[in-house]
Amino acid sequence: MNVQPEKLKANDFASDQEVRWCPGCGDYAILKALQRTMPDLGVKKEEVVFVSGIGCAARFPYYMSTFGFHTIHGRAPAFATGIKIANPDLDVWVVGGDGDMLSIGGNHLIHVLRRNVNLQLLIFNNEIYGLTKGQYSPTSRIGTRSPSTPSGSLESPISAVQLALGAGARFIARSLDTDQKHLPMVFSRAHKHTGTSLVEIFQNCIVYNDGVFDGFTAKDVSAEKQIKLEDGKPLIYGKDRNKGLIIKKNSLELTSVELGEKYTESDLLVHNEKDRTLANLLASMDSPDLPVAVGVIYCDPIETYDQLISDQEKQANEDKPNLKINDIINSGYTWKV
Amino acid sequence: MVVNEPIKQNDVLPSEHLDSVVIRFAGDSGDGMQLTGGQFTNASAVAGNDLSTFPDFPAEIRAPVGTTFGVSSFQIHFGQKKILTAGDELDVLVAMNPAALMVEKSSLKKGGLIILDTGSFSDRNIKRAGFDTNPLNDTSLEGFRLLKIDISGLTMECVKEFGLGKKDSLRCKNLWTLGLVYWMYGRSRKETTDWLEKKFMKVPNIASANVAALNAGHAFGETAEISGDISKYNVPAAKVDPGTYRNISGAEAIAWGLIVGAQKCNLKIFFGSYPITPASPLLHILSNLKSLSVTTFQAEDEIAAICSAIGASYAGSLGITSSSGPGIALKGEAIGLAISTELPLIIVNSQRAGPSTGLPTKTEQSDLFQAVYGRNADAPLVVLATKSPGDCFRVSIEAVRLAVKFMTPVMLLTDGYLSNSTEPWQIPDLDKIKEFPVNHISNPEGFHPFFRDKETLARNWAIPGTPGLEHRIGGIEKSYDSGHISYDADNHQKMTDARIGKIKGISEFIPLQEFEEGDEKDELVVIGWGSTFGPINRAVFNSRNKGYSVAQIHLTYISPFPKNLGDILRSFKYILVPEMNAGQLVSILRAEYLVPAIGLNKVEGKPFKISEIEEAIKARMKG
Ligand code: SF4
Repeated sequence: MNVQPEKLKANDFASDQEVRWCPGCGDYAILKALQRTMPDLGVKKEEVVFVSGIGCAARFPYYMSTFGFHTIHGRAPAFATGIKIANPDLDVWVVGGDGDMLSIGGNHLIHVLRRNVNLQLLIFNNEIYGLTKGQYSPTSRIGTRSPSTPSGSLESPISAVQLALGAGARFIARSLDTDQKHLPMVFSRAHKHTGTSLVEIFQNCIVYNDGVFDGFTAKDVSAEKQIKLEDGKPLIYGKDRNKGLIIKKNSLELTSVELGEKYTESDLLVHNEKDRTLANLLASMDSPDLPVAVGVIYCDPIETYDQLISDQEKQANEDKPNLKINDIINSGYTWKV
Repeated sequence: MVVNEPIKQNDVLPSEHLDSVVIRFAGDSGDGMQLTGGQFTNASAVAGNDLSTFPDFPAEIRAPVGTTFGVSSFQIHFGQKKILTAGDELDVLVAMNPAALMVEKSSLKKGGLIILDTGSFSDRNIKRAGFDTNPLNDTSLEGFRLLKIDISGLTMECVKEFGLGKKDSLRCKNLWTLGLVYWMYGRSRKETTDWLEKKFMKVPNIASANVAALNAGHAFGETAEISGDISKYNVPAAKVDPGTYRNISGAEAIAWGLIVGAQKCNLKIFFGSYPITPASPLLHILSNLKSLSVTTFQAEDEIAAICSAIGASYAGSLGITSSSGPGIALKGEAIGLAISTELPLIIVNSQRAGPSTGLPTKTEQSDLFQAVYGRNADAPLVVLATKSPGDCFRVSIEAVRLAVKFMTPVMLLTDGYLSNSTEPWQIPDLDKIKEFPVNHISNPEGFHPFFRDKETLARNWAIPGTPGLEHRIGGIEKSYDSGHISYDADNHQKMTDARIGKIKGISEFIPLQEFEEGDEKDELVVIGWGSTFGPINRAVFNSRNKGYSVAQIHLTYISPFPKNLGDILRSFKYILVPEMNAGQLVSILRAEYLVPAIGLNKVEGKPFKISEIEEAIKARMKG
């Protein structure tokens, strides 16, 4: 008799461990959104592995009832690469913060993206080091005052999305901790994509960097300050859906226009997830008169590294069928005594 | 072209009988010395000699022509007795240019033979090598026997018919020289001829030119008028156990040993590595053996290399990483994680001379402290050392066995010398090597990830994909009883004790320490580890023959030590510890056993000479 397994619920993905983030931390919302998404992804719990480095975000695996590996600072993508190559049937998720992924682990991030290992990689960006008590991070804006930069930080912040594009990522998306509709959609898309799927999540650190994203996430401004990307749809936004993006005249830059007499919807750029140049333009919008792009910025799948590796191994087996280590050891010059 | 002295037809010369010979082929990086040495090695093996080789090449890939730092050389010691070292002093130096003569002449024994290519002794080359005057015309080579031949000129002559340019023609001079040396020692040319024809299959005129040069060099020996003190030598075959033999390098032996080990426990290999001298050959060899369940991964850095290997072990493969000292330093934090999460992992360290970049192509055994102690906190692991190229095979299998049986990282210490040098090796019957199958657990009942086997203290190995065993592990301290995160101080004490106890307890599962020479009744014991085995063994053997009461033990197991080691050491009056470092094993032994061990230490980038160890034995026993 074939018994259909009962569909798992969000709760089935919660572990028995007490969650230890600060009350009000954005991480709670992300955890909830992912636990809600998991049942719809059609994966078996035992095939899911969460891998993390060090930091507040990196505690994530302990709270999922799947397999989990809490590793060392910055190196989660490298561990995940080994896990995925060793067993390509596993559904691998990497979770880390901005310090973990973009500072100490920057090198591994670049290379996992470039290789295109088939896994999901979530960056919880709160523009601060939380676990070590509030130092500025590689995504902190210039002038950020923190225990290690009492007079303000001096460095330009790094953009996760632009870095990922430069590294050759094939799936890049953005979302927000509090957006419980948008976030599961982005998770599902990331999961569906074959290859490394990078998701940057703006996450509020209520203790050390509270409200740093308010400029585009606060309820009263979010519609005016965010543009939610949809493939094949015009780049339109605003509470009254009366704003849109076009290319500036005589310059390769986006500019926001108001729809009405001068411009209509048909003048607006149409989002194309496969357009790298557009992805770059969308990722680099950071002036006050432009919205922040959220959603799937870029998605253009190619072969994955794990697939190519197993293809090569298959080929090696076909080229030398039945090769035994004994044959290797006995090859070349041998002599009898 | 030739000669100082009275002329004789050499074919009427009786061939002189020799026990063993040490030859060094030395020339410019581009002169093909490694290839020449490799071919001579095969020919000597085929002739039934025991042998040991020492390739020595410059750190620069293409050093400027004619300079002393561009000299590449290959030393081979072959004979009818058991050969354990590449030889202290040279009987024969083949110098393809003045720089090679400059660098190597001090290694030649008194009365030794120098074969040199006068064609390369131009004023410019002589100056470039650092000679003030032409050494062929002054007295600086007095006391050596010289065979001065215009090898360049003769080579050009004999390959004329193949229409190569000057450069390609000159390139054949190493084969010409090899032909002459083959003649001297009565080696067969057939294998080299076959090899050349295969190697240059696509460029038949180059193949023919090289074969012609080989034959011409050989014919030169047969027919030319050579000075009276050069003749054919007879180095009879060594007496060795019957079986099938091959030459094996340390790097090959490790690669094959790891594969056999993985097969004996039924695991796939995941090899994560990053290029570094002198460890890269292992990456290259394994990358060519994909069809033997080997996955190789060239990572973005040393850290990613080990982390990917640990990830693979977590997922159920045998994770292996490999590097040299500086790279091992970078891997330190990740090794700590593998210790904390108690995952099997093999870390191969092909040691080189340091600190920092040091001398990347020179050999040393100065990473012992790093292996045993080189991590934050109390972080014990297994440390094994290999003593010869062939021994690398056996020890690699043992590394796999211990890693999976005890769920622990194993540091396998080899060195640049062992990786690159070769020795004849009796091919083992793989079916006779015991299996040690791994069972990834699957029963969820009462499961927790840090549940330990009572006997070995190894934890469960539960891998992702197993229903009902979903669990989380990491570098935070774990509860002894549940495997969950625990910040409890008493639990930390218990877990620390468990990790240390597990590694110490391995001494119950490894062989007792045995003697290589002598026994407890002797007065002095020489104790070593790693590639110093050869010179130590020969030195102890010689000293015993001279009547000294000397024994030898050589360690494979350094962490943990064999359980009888303390008793053995305490039974000796003198303990001598030769090492190619400033005194590491000696410190560990003194700390561990409170014994008055004395070090014999050198870090000259070269293996010990037998005589250096003999001297030290003598001095100690007089002392
Ligand atoms: S420090 Fe910030 S990021 Fe970390 S748990 Fe607390 S609120 Fe969250």
